[in-house]
Amino acid sequence: MNHILRTAFFALIVRPLMMVVLGTNVRRGELLPASGPAIIVANHNSHLDVFALMNVLGLKRLPQVRPVAAADYFMTRRLRCWFATRIVGIIPIDRSKVRRENGKHPLDPISEVLNSNGIVLLFPEGTRGEPEKMDDFQTGVAHIARRHPEAPIIPVFMHGLGKALPKGEALLVPFFCDMFIGEPLDNKLKKRELMHQLNAAMDDLASELPVEEWT
Amino acid sequence: MNHLALEIRLTLASLFATLAILNLVLFIKIRYYAGPDDILVRHRIRTWWTLAGIFSLALCISPHGGVIFFGFISFLALKEFLSMAPTRRADRRVLFYAYLSVVAQYYFAGAAHYQMFLVFIPVIMFAWLPTRMWMIGEGGGFVKAVGTLLWALMITVYSLSHTAYLLVIPIDDNLPTAALNTTVIATHHPGPGLLIFLILLAEANDIFQYAWGKNFGKTKVSPNIAPGKTYAGLFGGVLSTACLAAVIGPLITPMDITHSVIAGVIIAFSGFAGELCIWAMKCDLKIKDFGATLPGHGGVLDRVGNLIFSAPLFFHFIHYCYS
Repeated sequence: MNHILRTAFFALIVRPLMMVVLGTNVRRGELLPASGPAIIVANHNSHLDVFALMNVLGLKRLPQVRPVAAADYFMTRRLRCWFATRIVGIIPIDRSKVRRENGKHPLDPISEVLNSNGIVLLFPEGTRGEPEKMDDFQTGVAHIARRHPEAPIIPVFMHGLGKALPKGEALLVPFFCDMFIGEPLDNKLKKRELMHQLNAAMDDLASELPVEEWT
Repeated sequence: MNHLALEIRLTLASLFATLAILNLVLFIKIRYYAGPDDILVRHRIRTWWTLAGIFSLALCISPHGGVIFFGFISFLALKEFLSMAPTRRADRRVLFYAYLSVVAQYYFAGAAHYQMFLVFIPVIMFAWLPTRMWMIGEGGGFVKAVGTLLWALMITVYSLSHTAYLLVIPIDDNLPTAALNTTVIATHHPGPGLLIFLILLAEANDIFQYAWGKNFGKTKVSPNIAPGKTYAGLFGGVLSTACLAAVIGPLITPMDITHSVIAGVIIAFSGFAGELCIWAMKCDLKIKDFGATLPGHGGVLDRVGNLIFSAPLFFHFIHYCYS
């Protein structure tokens, strides 16, 4: 990562964008982890999700924050790859690999970051999908939780950025983004129970939204 | 600072002095009388400091500073409304035009382009936005979508932009103005005075309403929409606002006492009506506030509710009588 450029990008471009053009309504921001190791699990509507989350986490925590992203999408073009790894600081994970290769587990890069007290951002829907519709969560988060029982898992429900910049659109339309933070999950649970708990927590947070449909 | 008359500077200074006294009272209450530390009130006063500070600074730089200030307020209010009210996915491009119209409308206001200012939203955008919507070809929910968007533009952009036009309103020199208004700057640049008159009375009306309602309020005006609003509050507010208008109108605007009182009554009644409209919208959308942009107040739209009808009505009252 290029720390100077990264800080400059988030301070001079992301922050004004989020403050003026978009805007975030955060509920219970104090539940966000003060420092790593921690895992933040959020739903995924738009490319802007990661910037909104990293902006709310602030410049002080920025060096620790690492979003997990699909290597098969972000690492393909050169410029996109440079931006994703150097500026955003993603942990690239190949979505097609599920088994150990040469003795390395595909989730090892995430473990390394958590071991060095990082805050990992995870979007377990795996794809932005249809904006403002929650897809099923992938179970990777349960595997990470088993490997790192010391890292709290914080669920975050996001709403609105899918309207501002949905998949396949280039025109940014200003909308406020809601960001509801939940209580940390109990990460001693088994895979199925943990996923159940995560889904329930997300549904709870989503139900805080006033009735509104985006058709 | 040549556009800001001495009266206006004094008004702004006394505004800040009032805020400082409020802060002091709050501090003494908490420190020496062990009063409850009301975070809401503290946030509210701090937000007033910020708003009054930015507004005064913008006004001091140039009249157009105030225009930009209100343009930004309009943008925020429109964004809040469109984030809360249901919109259609197909209409993203139409919404983008709606945002662009903020820039155009405030340009016409700042340039004192009266005709364009009047027709841009209720005539041109009124025709263009629904046209752009049928071009997209999505028929389902058309009536709701058009209604929501045009209403949003009217309350957040069109009506609020009258505050900006007030700043540059030309006043006919041949008309008799109040004798109290002596400084040359004040007669040549009546805009800042008129705008401060409008905002001060609209906000004061809120406070009067609250005080009257709390002490004498019995019958509710609209129990389902706004449980806190009573007839005693409404009429007590109108009466007190009219009195305040009679005092400050001749001091900071070209109006004489009669005109000031009429303006005060207009602002009080229409401020109340606008506020109730915001409450009705929140009731329909099942929300408590339109946002959290202004700590202690809620969203921008919650704050400017008392201006959405009073700004255009007061503007046309002035325009009719003095331009």
